[in-house]
Amino acid sequence: MGKGNVWKFGDDIDTDAIIPGRYLTINDPKELAKHVFEGARPEFAQNVAKGGIIVAGRNFGCGSSREHAPLALKGAGIHCVIAKSFARIFFRNAINIGLPVLECKEADRISEGDVLKVDFKKGIIENETKNERYQVASMPTFILKIIESGGLIGYTKARL
Amino acid sequence: MSSVVMSGQTISEKIFSRAARKPVLAEEFVLADIDCAMTHDITGPLAVKGFYEIMEGRKEKRVWDPNKIVILFDHQVPADSLDAASNHIMLRKFAEEQSILNYDVNEGVCHQVMPEKGHVLPGGLIIGSDSHTCTYGALGAFSTGVGSTDMASAFATGKLWFKVPQSIKFEISGKLPDRVYAKDVILRIIGDVGADGATYAACEYCGQTVKDMNISERMTMCNMAIEMGGKVGIVEPDEKTETYLKERIPGFKFDPRWRSDEDANYIQRHEYDVSDLEPQVACPHNVDNVKGVSEVEGTKIDQIFIGSCTNGRFEDLEVVAKILGGNKIAEGVRVIIIPASRDEYMKVLKAGFIEQFVEAGALVEAPCCGPCMGGSFGLLGDGEVGLATSNRNFRGRQGSAKAFVYLCSPATAAASAIKGEITDPRAV
Repeated sequence: MGKGNVWKFGDDIDTDAIIPGRYLTINDPKELAKHVFEGARPEFAQNVAKGGIIVAGRNFGCGSSREHAPLALKGAGIHCVIAKSFARIFFRNAINIGLPVLECKEADRISEGDVLKVDFKKGIIENETKNERYQVASMPTFILKIIESGGLIGYTKARL
Repeated sequence: MSSVVMSGQTISEKIFSRAARKPVLAEEFVLADIDCAMTHDITGPLAVKGFYEIMEGRKEKRVWDPNKIVILFDHQVPADSLDAASNHIMLRKFAEEQSILNYDVNEGVCHQVMPEKGHVLPGGLIIGSDSHTCTYGALGAFSTGVGSTDMASAFATGKLWFKVPQSIKFEISGKLPDRVYAKDVILRIIGDVGADGATYAACEYCGQTVKDMNISERMTMCNMAIEMGGKVGIVEPDEKTETYLKERIPGFKFDPRWRSDEDANYIQRHEYDVSDLEPQVACPHNVDNVKGVSEVEGTKIDQIFIGSCTNGRFEDLEVVAKILGGNKIAEGVRVIIIPASRDEYMKVLKAGFIEQFVEAGALVEAPCCGPCMGGSFGLLGDGEVGLATSNRNFRGRQGSAKAFVYLCSPATAAASAIKGEITDPRAV
């Protein structure tokens, strides 16, 4: 369960926009977070508060396989990413590092600044600002187990 | 599922059936054996960190099979910062301790070096912590990009979970017109399908035009499958694949198994006749914003980058040399040319092209990713316009978020270098 304010983005948000190539020598999420969306949305890194939620359109996270992208978002305190659809490498990477990603066909109904309450287990998003509820696409059981293990590291460790 | 009741399989389904040790079809989840795992200087450090987190508390902290892992340095070479140098040191140490093959700063771009050095075989399942790992499908392997944590898990176990992808068939026919190339074909396809039009699908390229393409051209096609969301770009291996591999792997034996069955299932089929295709250009700021060169001709250019895993091979630079001829590069344009690997560099050097490029006024750099990912050198500044033979033109990709990047073939890049503006290569 999580609650936070919405940062709204459009379609095809690529991983170069999330974290530019020149910062990829950095491996620390907190340091990466200082440059998150630096070119695409310069005010973001300064103003994002812990627990913020990103809501986007289609194909979020397209492009490079850099795990620095979900790490930067996690380091910035982003609680989860909701999008109409995700690019697949980003989707895997986010799950693998324990950043919840939710596919929601009704993401368009959510606006910048809305307050959302997200129940990951039930797959329900409550929009407190608009007084609406949205259903999230379900995930295979073993992916839910990866999320419950806090990511793929914990999951693999337990099974090795 | 019993193999008796199964319908035909695509080449991708056949590869996953082998790697999962049971017959499978698209949409099934599998835990598959990895044949080769590749990582590089950008994503490698996080993979190594993840590997040691998995191994924490164990006495033996060994990778599953050091002979199936390759580490390359290509994104920030030679080290361009202290952070990059530290990452290289850390990876060298890891490779040495674990007896893993490590191509250092001198060898070239991972996606060129991997096939070139014989790490890619038809029917293999290969992962790389780089999204353009989809390139090796050009040799009939299933190869795909993963993140660092997936890589860490593969280092530890040799296995990774996958959803067996559905396949999209691109059947391409017709003889490519003069000065129109594989890059123009794949840009046209991406323009039509869109940036997420092939999400999680295996993009299978076939037809006479693909059969006629050499391995370099097939690599260009497969390399860019990710730009439409594809999991892999793949071409059925044939006699050209066999020749390419025999030159690199002693005793290589061609296995005719790795082809799609006639009754295999495809979620989409696209047919193209490329006989009348004009050179294509992807315009800022998305790879699927593709236009015919005639629509953007005359756009003033500040910097041209010719190279990358998409178009940095000998065949690409041969086209550049031919079009450039004895011309000088237009005043006010910076041209950076980077052969994709040391082997390709040597071929270009021996052919006399490097002298020709330098005479013309270009900068010729040692093999590496260069300006493609805007992390090392050759960055674009505010308001500048770049033209590149690489694979991405996202806002900020090659430096400033206020710069503009166009993507094209080596031929279009060479013609534009002479004129200083986007130019139809058929017009010079």
